[in-house]
Amino acid sequence: MIPGHFTYHRPTTLADAVALMASLGDDARPLAGGHSLIPMMKLRLAAPEHLIDLRRIAALKGVRRDGDSFVIGAMTTQHDLLASDEIAAALPILQEAARLIADPQVRYMGTVGGNVANGDPGNDMPALMMTLGASYRLESTSRVRDVAAAEFYQGAYATALEPGEILTAITVPAPPAGHGHAYEKLKRKVGDYATAAAAVVLTMSGGRVASCRIGLTNLADTPLLAEAAAQAVIGTSLDAAALTRAAAAARAIMTPAGDGRGPPDYRSHVGGIMVQRALVRAAARAK
Amino acid sequence: MAKTHVTMTINGAEVEGLVEPRTLLVHFIRETLQMTGTHIGCDTTHCGACTVDLDGMSVKSCTVFAVQAEGAAITTVEGMASPDGTLSALQEGFRMMHGLQCGYCTPGMIMRAHRLLQENPSPTEDEIRFGISGNLCRCTGYQNIVKAIQYAAAKLNGAEFKEAAE
Repeated sequence: MIPGHFTYHRPTTLADAVALMASLGDDARPLAGGHSLIPMMKLRLAAPEHLIDLRRIAALKGVRRDGDSFVIGAMTTQHDLLASDEIAAALPILQEAARLIADPQVRYMGTVGGNVANGDPGNDMPALMMTLGASYRLESTSRVRDVAAAEFYQGAYATALEPGEILTAITVPAPPAGHGHAYEKLKRKVGDYATAAAAVVLTMSGGRVASCRIGLTNLADTPLLAEAAAQAVIGTSLDAAALTRAAAAARAIMTPAGDGRGPPDYRSHVGGIMVQRALVRAAARAK
Repeated sequence: MAKTHVTMTINGAEVEGLVEPRTLLVHFIRETLQMTGTHIGCDTTHCGACTVDLDGMSVKSCTVFAVQAEGAAITTVEGMASPDGTLSALQEGFRMMHGLQCGYCTPGMIMRAHRLLQENPSPTEDEIRFGISGNLCRCTGYQNIVKAIQYAAAKLNGAEFKEAAE
């Protein structure tokens, strides 16, 4: 399978990249790791006339601490995340999820920025970023703005990115010390997108849930924050009744597509189970 | 369509060529350079038969454009044996442990295992299975591939490979 023709650009600075985005307009696409875009181009489902390769822009790569937050450069790969001691210590849920994305080869190339910017409801990082309260930095020649992950996703492949903008970094507030976390992903086989997945970040106090956020992957056109489900467990000891209420509240907002991963009812059913498993596992990890 | 000049190092030798930007790295390697050890299996980023080592990363060369590899150092399966033909530890392991039947997946398996052992010289069986989860074999059921990698790890560590009882 051979993609259509395109012109290739390899800027080495962000200023050059956004200038190309501005001058080339809708005919241009940024190329991050390429492991979503290149397969789409090979299938001729995408046919950009210009590709702007971001891999040579050093400023877009790496993880750094900024006060109480972590700033993850958009071109940081999933492999980089897994190799980062800082991420292991402060944001272990990102490593747990990264290990479940695709396979080792894809993780060397696939980037966190590409994963969150693409708007594919099957991607894992968006729901995690919503759960963690992250924001995305969007840059063009005319402005720099930060958009909350929870405000970014509008529909399948539809995001708040405007023409000429590149997502350059993700800012993730460090979760509280002693938080518990879990990402439960049901998939048919290694490397697949989620049939259903749930992310949980919570804190416990005296055996009861003190705070909780729950995100859902591939259970609607966009990643979801399951706020009512989180409310249903706050103040409880995660007893069976609380877990049942949380699953029901989460299922109430799921609108999964029926596809090769199963019909909608099945995916909502297992989606609720992912929420319950993630809650229990996160609570066991909380200190 | 205008062609782009690319230069990279493959198995220690500098190579160059004129490619369309849409030329995939695997096609550049197989067709332009006529190094056909790297295989195309699924052509959809799943099977790993086209895996090569690129700047210290295992990549699926069907999902990388040759222009992206400008200036890169690449190793393919042709670069694994010594110039005198002595097999690498991994190649010897695949031979000794019957790690292949049809052999189609083998170049990708060896290149992936090569990087895995660079990063983790003494992997557990679980780590090997996780490490090669992007490579599909439709013949062996993976058992002997895992043994082949264990054999190579032991040899590279100066130890003798002892098969675990099954």
